[in-house]
Amino acid sequence: MEAYISGLGNISAQETFDNFVFLENIRKLDAPLTFCIEPNYKEFIQPIQLRRMGRILRMGVTAAAKCLKDAGVEVPDAIITGTGLGLVQDTEKFLTAVIENEEKFLTPTSFIQSTHNTVGAHIAVMLKCNNYNFTYVHSNISFESALLDSMMLINENSGLNILLGGLDEITDTYFKITDKAGLWNKYNPEEQIPHIPEKAIAGEGATYFVITGVSKPENYAKFMGVSTFYKPKSTGGITSNLLKFLNHNGLTISDIDLVLLGQNDTNGDSIYNSIRSGILKETNQGYYKHLCGEYYTSSAFAAWLAANILKRQVVPDAVLLKGKQTKPLKKILIWNHFRNINHSFMLLSAC
Amino acid sequence: MLRRVVVTGIGIISSIGNNISETLQSLKCKKSGISPLTILNTLHKDTFPAGEIKFTNHELELLAGGDIPEFPTRTTLLGIIAAKEAYGDAGFKPGASTSVKTGIVSATTVGGMDQTEQYYFDFFISDSHLHYVRTHDCCDNTQTIAECLGITDFMTTVSSACSSSANAIMFGARLIKHGIADRIIAGGTDALSKFTLNGFNTLKILDEKHCRPFSDDRNGLNLGEGAAFLVLEAEEIPVRENRKIYCDITGYANANDAYHQTASSPDGYGPFLAMKKALDMSGLKAGQIDYINAHGTGTDNNDLTEGLAIEKIFLPQIPKVSSTKAFTGHTLGAAGAIEAVFSILSIKHGLIFPNLNYSGKINELNFEPTLELTEGAEVKNVLSNSFGFGGNDSSLIFSKY
Repeated sequence: MEAYISGLGNISAQETFDNFVFLENIRKLDAPLTFCIEPNYKEFIQPIQLRRMGRILRMGVTAAAKCLKDAGVEVPDAIITGTGLGLVQDTEKFLTAVIENEEKFLTPTSFIQSTHNTVGAHIAVMLKCNNYNFTYVHSNISFESALLDSMMLINENSGLNILLGGLDEITDTYFKITDKAGLWNKYNPEEQIPHIPEKAIAGEGATYFVITGVSKPENYAKFMGVSTFYKPKSTGGITSNLLKFLNHNGLTISDIDLVLLGQNDTNGDSIYNSIRSGILKETNQGYYKHLCGEYYTSSAFAAWLAANILKRQVVPDAVLLKGKQTKPLKKILIWNHFRNINHSFMLLSAC
Repeated sequence: MLRRVVVTGIGIISSIGNNISETLQSLKCKKSGISPLTILNTLHKDTFPAGEIKFTNHELELLAGGDIPEFPTRTTLLGIIAAKEAYGDAGFKPGASTSVKTGIVSATTVGGMDQTEQYYFDFFISDSHLHYVRTHDCCDNTQTIAECLGITDFMTTVSSACSSSANAIMFGARLIKHGIADRIIAGGTDALSKFTLNGFNTLKILDEKHCRPFSDDRNGLNLGEGAAFLVLEAEEIPVRENRKIYCDITGYANANDAYHQTASSPDGYGPFLAMKKALDMSGLKAGQIDYINAHGTGTDNNDLTEGLAIEKIFLPQIPKVSSTKAFTGHTLGAAGAIEAVFSILSIKHGLIFPNLNYSGKINELNFEPTLELTEGAEVKNVLSNSFGFGGNDSSLIFSKY
């Protein structure tokens, strides 16, 4: 299974919307939460529509439009979306209204837009795209599920152009509640939560790819594989899953030129650290969540990062955690987990 | 790529029964589950009847059996009950180890909203219900069911409005065809919530009376709740192990109407595409479909456009068509899986289920739904439709094995 990346569209906490620029001015994220740098939507969405659309819908539709343009695709053969949370702002709006107004005097807009498939559906309406349309909503493997589906479709028909996206939004309210529930406290397997827990910076983003089975010189890179697994019993389980994943793709760990880790900061957590000093000891290591923040589909940002690194053959200094710049850069592994519940591996390769 | 995907286990809970045998009994004797709301604490409980399961969450916990985590949501409880039945029906014991690569694909529209809406304002001011913050996410039901059954190899969750669980079944079948898994528990679950009830009310598509799918006097839908799961397997596994096989999944398709977030296009182009592509995939001719379990919500828009799309494919010979929504209500993210179970029961028992509350033909249509239970029918191929907000339209075809 191989899927070439022929277009990118990325709205994130960094200046990533312009595909000709690659992380030139890196922005340090604000704690405890950081919003995206949003583009001028008016170039992409009519003002009358724009007013009614929530933030994530604007971001998704615009990143998707940019991505399709980048790939030179007008109407994709499938629209596949991964979103851990869906449309948080609209859900909060309608839920608050239901409670505050005691189920009276409600209006439909925020309810309609609260369904998780709204972004994929909206893109379909805008493009008059009657094709396959799917939305995956499984926490931090939502994007990975969407990627797997996309790769399966390309395996069935290599001529397809698939619009694949991963997106989530953060709101002040959502942050407040989830912070109280301890969601942003860094993973601590011993459950010894320190008096003042270390926290991840909450983030958001909308990252789109056009992927196809057709090889072209202008493609950015290619996805070679994706794998997810649930609650490994030990770090040994993670290692054996990694070896299995690499083996399935005909590779060993020495073939990996760079691993991008989903840790939130340079310190990482005990899960990342044990594998980093174990099987990944000799591998160049990088990270990305200090650029985009922690959110369920941040692995889509990581895949965008990997595609650019492979295309440009350079690892930005801000990304490199351990090791050195090596060339040629052929294979990048992305490994992410959230609280050691759902883990994912993605493998990208230079074309 | 050429693996056949078969169904080897089914499980269900809805307002017409807590399991397969009760459900079958209700379908056979035209016993609807639509009634005034008594469990959901809503302002509208005397206004809108629904397919409500008459158990409190505590009673559902008892029904779900042991090994349930603390503070389950209603959505998750319903899912556990149906998934456990399906798993057991296929001959598996929850938690027993297996060498077969097994995964779960579940679907829901609102996840743990049934609890979130009760404690949402409390979340800000007290610490006592914060456990429901984590169970709000759509993946909570999937992960909890997976833990109850002992599934770790693969999991994901689908949410595409009212076609969610039809899509979960489709994706499950494709995972097996691609060799990514050999056995998938696929289905969906949704509990009634004030959030959805009020949402549908703002759209003015809830009927204050018992819904009347495909009837000229239809006036909207009744909501419902429930869960259903299928055990899907690569054909060679149950054959090798000499276990029962209900049917084949011979066709599926997903299309988008690309017309409007909540209304379908005037000629039902998305529904037409979903049915047409599923038929093409199965290699069956239109005339070989014996029964269509329609989406048939009872809204003006759906039943007319679905009917037109059916005519476009099946005229001059329309197969038997019925909507079972007047039995269960519209169970949203669970509907596709619940109706998949009905389709499978139709094949297994040679039954075609009646379309309740019908009073007269829709003017623009040239066919009437089937009104009485047909027994002893030779049902070889059933087409099941699930259409949703956002134009997400899916059709599945189940065929006698």
